[in-house]
Amino acid sequence: MIYRENGQFKTSYAADQQIFPILQDRWAILGILAFAFIAVPLLADEYLFRAILIPFLILSLAALGVNLLVGYCGQITLGAGAFMAVGAYAAYNFFVRVDDMPLLAALLLGGATSAAVGVVFGVPSLRVRGLYLAVATLAAQFFWDWAFLRIKWFTNDSSSGSVSVSNLSVFGWDLKSPTDVYLFCLAVLVVFALLAKNMTRGAIGRQWMAIRDMDVAAEVIGIRPMYAKLSAFAVSSFFLGVAGGLWGFVHLGAWEPAAFSLDRSFQLLFMVIIGGLGSIMGSFFGAAFIVILPIFLNQMLPWLGDLVGVSISTAGVSHAEIMIFGALIVFFLIVEPHGIARLWSTAKEKLRLWPFPH
Amino acid sequence: MGFFLEVLIGGLMTGMLYSLVALGFVLIFKASGVFNFAQGAMVLFAALAMARFSEWIPGWLGVENLMVANILAFIIAAFLMFVVAWLIERLVLRHLVNQEGATLLMATLGIAYFIDGLGQTVFGSDIYKIDVGMPKEPVMVLQGVFEGGLLINKEDFIAALVAALLVAALALFFQKTATGRALRAVADDHQAAQSIGIPLNRIWVIVWCVAGIVALVAGIIWGSKLGVQFSLVTVALRALPVVILGGLTSVPGAIIGGLIIGVGEKVSEVYLGPLVGGGIEIWFAYMLALVFLLFRPQGLFGEKIIDRV
Amino acid sequence: MTRQIGEVILDLQNVSLSFGGVNALTDISFDVREHEIRAIIGPNGAGKSSMLNVINGVYRPQAGEIILRGEHFRQMNPYKAACAGIARTFQNIALFKGMSVLDNIMTGRNLKMKANIFQQAFWMGAARREELEHRAKVEEIIDFLEIQHIRKTPVGRLPYGLQKRVDLARALAMEPQILLLDEPMAGMNIEEKQDMSRFILDVNDQMGTTIVLIEHDMGVVMDVSDRVVVLDYGKKIGDGSPDEVRGNPEVISAYLGASH
Repeated sequence: MIYRENGQFKTSYAADQQIFPILQDRWAILGILAFAFIAVPLLADEYLFRAILIPFLILSLAALGVNLLVGYCGQITLGAGAFMAVGAYAAYNFFVRVDDMPLLAALLLGGATSAAVGVVFGVPSLRVRGLYLAVATLAAQFFWDWAFLRIKWFTNDSSSGSVSVSNLSVFGWDLKSPTDVYLFCLAVLVVFALLAKNMTRGAIGRQWMAIRDMDVAAEVIGIRPMYAKLSAFAVSSFFLGVAGGLWGFVHLGAWEPAAFSLDRSFQLLFMVIIGGLGSIMGSFFGAAFIVILPIFLNQMLPWLGDLVGVSISTAGVSHAEIMIFGALIVFFLIVEPHGIARLWSTAKEKLRLWPFPH
Repeated sequence: MGFFLEVLIGGLMTGMLYSLVALGFVLIFKASGVFNFAQGAMVLFAALAMARFSEWIPGWLGVENLMVANILAFIIAAFLMFVVAWLIERLVLRHLVNQEGATLLMATLGIAYFIDGLGQTVFGSDIYKIDVGMPKEPVMVLQGVFEGGLLINKEDFIAALVAALLVAALALFFQKTATGRALRAVADDHQAAQSIGIPLNRIWVIVWCVAGIVALVAGIIWGSKLGVQFSLVTVALRALPVVILGGLTSVPGAIIGGLIIGVGEKVSEVYLGPLVGGGIEIWFAYMLALVFLLFRPQGLFGEKIIDRV
Repeated sequence: MTRQIGEVILDLQNVSLSFGGVNALTDISFDVREHEIRAIIGPNGAGKSSMLNVINGVYRPQAGEIILRGEHFRQMNPYKAACAGIARTFQNIALFKGMSVLDNIMTGRNLKMKANIFQQAFWMGAARREELEHRAKVEEIIDFLEIQHIRKTPVGRLPYGLQKRVDLARALAMEPQILLLDEPMAGMNIEEKQDMSRFILDVNDQMGTTIVLIEHDMGVVMDVSDRVVVLDYGKKIGDGSPDEVRGNPEVISAYLGASH
């Protein structure tokens, strides 16, 4: 009975078009934000920040970027990791080569560079679709893997592409403790999530979805496929680039190209598919699932092994982990191919009608 | 000139092996519309099974003969691949009929993770070797024609020959047998095939079994070349550009595409690599395929798609 | 507005189209006058849909010319056609399945929305204003077609007849000068057909939109259209008022397969 929209009448289109048209949702989101900004810093310990919360925030941002491209515009990509790498290394170059470059500016410029690169690698999407495109995006992955490993200029002449940054601060705020890093990432994520939501509910989002659902009809209506697809690549790569910058700068501090390998690309794609394609919320669900699952398995398996009297070696754990991970992915795709976001919206629908089943 | 020919021939022989792996992709995609990312994992799994059984069998049976051990190991590994194929159809594909390409792709990635984990759990994760008696030493040929002759790797040559034979056998199987015909029917149109009484599920199992055997042969060849280790899964990634170059649905495309990619890779690595720091063959193959796609989006032999509205 | 049939607005001259070796259209010429309802009829596979696809540039004809308001085109492309005020609906409903009815119709306003991607991302004044203005316009169309109750429903969940109506709504949202309708009444029951006929006549009457219509129901065609062109096997076999076409022996034999 609590979750009802009875009596909430809309008297203007503006009121009908807001992000959360239902009053209870608005309160819920305020509550979650307050919890994330105020309560979490007080409650969480360093392990929680470093192992779960910060990776979750940054990968959510990356998953958002992938979801804009794959979920909203329908262009499959297996090269998301490469754009994180481009963002991270470009931000690094701006940061170390330009004197007094502010961190935030470096990250945004990294994102912009990634966006430009994204447009270039998006060009094949104008000619090929679906799985051909997916394989074509692998070109970006392998090319940048190689470029950051072998081309010294990109990494400021450091060997094998490993670079590091230190003394990070934003507007005089030193990002030293995990709490600082967490808050910074959270703030960035909130802003970007809002931008993503605005785009997807506006004209550009409709263009993307039109191209995804029926590209011929979209063109007939006056949507230019080239603009729609390349803008999706640009925006998506921008998000990924900023996420890559954050991952390198504030999460790792020192990194090499392997941090953004093909496995990262797969991981991001898993996130959006498991979370829910074409859903902003889904990106967060997916990121949470993929970040927490391996940690959970890592803790659970030795414990389960002890329970039945088998001690599992570290290698054994890691093998069992990928096995279970793979099996769970398949299981999830079979049970709910539309992702956690679909489960979530079904649950909300049920709650609205509760206690009546129909 | 002699050197260039050596590079060219080396490329062609590697290309033949790529064709073999690419064929695995094409078979499964044709018959079930699944882009099977687990192909690499299957190669690794098959190679691991082969390597470990050929190592264990002499101990179990007390037979010292390498030949016997290898044949028995091959039979067991092939049987294992059948089981894997059957399980994949039973547990995964059957439940994902009519899902979108992206979902199916993800499912095969899940399968790939599972098989990777399983293979290493059961068979171990060290580097193992497969010894099927391939000669390692290179030979000189055509010494009369070129100064210094042509240096050819015998092992590569035999591998390419085996791959070519298998490819030819598969082509015959598809063209000449009833099962092959049913398979092509399914590839053309699932529903139409089903409506004339072709059992879809059985066809899928057969295709995955064939892909499993292809993976086994590829695993043995690559395994005896490079040693059986985790990096074998990347062989499948090397074969992906072949598939898009040749067209996802074309068997001849897989063969010709493999040869083009093989040669392109070798030639670029030898002549272009030193200029930019080496290691370019993996992305060069993708770029080659990509540039090609810009001009022929459906691949070398893929069917041209006409949009109907 | 009283309907006044005007000058020739769209003129097709000697259009030929083939796929591989198959000739879909052979040397077809006909014109469309402003404000009229022009029907294209013919048996299945006669090339009717191909004709529409040529007009709005989905297919590129190998020969012939398309003259739109005096401007000559060798071939159109869909974007150019949309900019020139040509909208269309599809035989097999090409709605955007993952979007709501409202969003589907809003895509029809796309060409008229000018805010750039940054203004949209930050939901700044221009973007927000535009979104509201066009929403108001779209609501008018929703009222006109009587689909208020389903505006938030994902189109994939709608029954066929309503989907056809949304398809029309999306085309109308473009405020087109020429509207191409590809079998708008296929698969409908009598009642739905009546509704649809009324909408078509109202659009033509109230908005002055020129309509090119493909339809199989001869009753409807004869009732609503001003002039009819008949295709068979990609060739034009008749052209004129409904009555003239009805009396044309070639047309009768094409339809009834009378012995020659």
